[in-house]
Amino acid sequence: MMLEAKNVRKSFDGREVLRGIDLQVEKGDVIAILGPSGSGKTTFLRCLNFLERADAGELVFDGERFDLHAASRADIARLRKKTAFVFQNYNLFLNKTVLQNVTLGLTLGARMKKDAAREIAVKALEQVGMADRLDAYPSQLSGGQQQRVAIARALASSPEIIYFDEPTSALDPELIGEVLSVMRQLAEAGMTMLVVTHEMDFARNVSSKVLFMEGGSVIESGPSRRFFEQPKEERSQAFIRSIIEARK
Amino acid sequence: MNERLWGILVDSFPKLLDYGIRVTVPLTILSFALALLISVVVALIQYAQVKVLRQVCRFYIWIIRGTPLLVQLWLVFYGLPSVGILIDAFPAAVLVFGFNEGAYMAESVRGALESVSRGQLEAGYCVGMSYMQIMLHVVLPQAFRTAFPALSNSLISMLKGTSLASTITVMEMFRQATVINGRVYESLGLYTEVALIYLAFCTLLTWLQRIGEKKLASYGGEKA
Ligand SMILES: Nc1ncnc2c1ncn2[C@@H]1O[C@H](COP(=O)(O)OP(=O)(O)O)[C@@H](O)[C@H]1O
Ligand SMILES: [Mg+2]
Repeated sequence: MMLEAKNVRKSFDGREVLRGIDLQVEKGDVIAILGPSGSGKTTFLRCLNFLERADAGELVFDGERFDLHAASRADIARLRKKTAFVFQNYNLFLNKTVLQNVTLGLTLGARMKKDAAREIAVKALEQVGMADRLDAYPSQLSGGQQQRVAIARALASSPEIIYFDEPTSALDPELIGEVLSVMRQLAEAGMTMLVVTHEMDFARNVSSKVLFMEGGSVIESGPSRRFFEQPKEERSQAFIRSIIEARK
Repeated sequence: MNERLWGILVDSFPKLLDYGIRVTVPLTILSFALALLISVVVALIQYAQVKVLRQVCRFYIWIIRGTPLLVQLWLVFYGLPSVGILIDAFPAAVLVFGFNEGAYMAESVRGALESVSRGQLEAGYCVGMSYMQIMLHVVLPQAFRTAFPALSNSLISMLKGTSLASTITVMEMFRQATVINGRVYESLGLYTEVALIYLAFCTLLTWLQRIGEKKLASYGGEKA
């Protein structure tokens, strides 16, 4: 087991948003986190990377235990070295070029030499098809291009797992494909990924497992194929039906 | 215009300009540097929500913005000596101008900091950068660009405001004009002349501001 989260709990202003979430991730897993909006998917992902402090919960990563509520700064820094995060609205550094967006974490965060960082960054940008725009600023790029740069930034630190929070939700429909195809490539190359998404084709065809959440709890989890073809829970069935309805 | 007045104005021009360059300009630059330092520190304390210090900052801004600059100036220069605090006129002026404009500038800088999306801070954390590194390389440069026009305005208003230092015995450009006027009684002519020199200084600053704004202009154009 590469990553295991146990009993993750979080309340905002006395309202329980996560009611004890469990998750197990094997190396190479691509897990789609599904569920209606407001069910706590984003919060869960953020807790795993300490962007939000959980009220309780434990994370075991590569055999090392982290207290999701009380981890120290040093623990958090160590954990973040092994993980990367891709945000819904990219969160690129707006005053930096495409290349700098990718190298900044390497030179400042990981204290790498400039040349080495550049080499890694260019490779990562090649992987997402953005190596021809090294000197562009985020404001000169389309949303799809910005998200691909953000993925390159995530890849550059050679993470063991990448968390994606609705990476295509802010995109115009015609730009979604380019981002999904990069993610599909990563999945095929064996990258471990945890993806909050509303893209059912991705969840069905690319992800190996599904975690279906509602109201701050996991309703159902298991292999993607089984989830879509024979959902066990009534809530899951209703969710899948509603998606098919929405498509028509 | 009669010949006597013309002669007086021509004579006084180099003297006024001399005090402008030797006193008014340095007084402005020093006060502005102090104000900039204070404003960035105060804005950062509020942005980072440092507990007790944040209250201290709110209090400072409240006091400064709620009382007249002239009163602050007199309080420090004429008032403080009675409790044993004696500050020379020039440094007293720098202190008061710096702390005064600093309060207004702090609000501009804070607004500019808040306008940088917090998501960039989170992205920085996720790639292993420290709070300081993110502030220095990502947030502050963007905030500076946003705050630049407001800060330029503060600089210009400060330059004119330094004339108040004449009331606490600082011999700057305006006081020099009053001194000359005391000998020749040509208020209209002399004060118009000194006003025009201030106008020239401010025009120069406005021009510099435009150049600065062009230089800072947009990381690849406005769109985002
Ligand atoms: N920072 C916050 N403060 C207060 N409430 C929040 C905060 N973040 C999320 N919430 C609430 O928590 C619930 C779950 O949100 P979220 O994790 O974003 O759900 P999802 O990503 O599944 O749409 C929502 O009701 C949301 O309003
Ligand atoms: Mg969400």
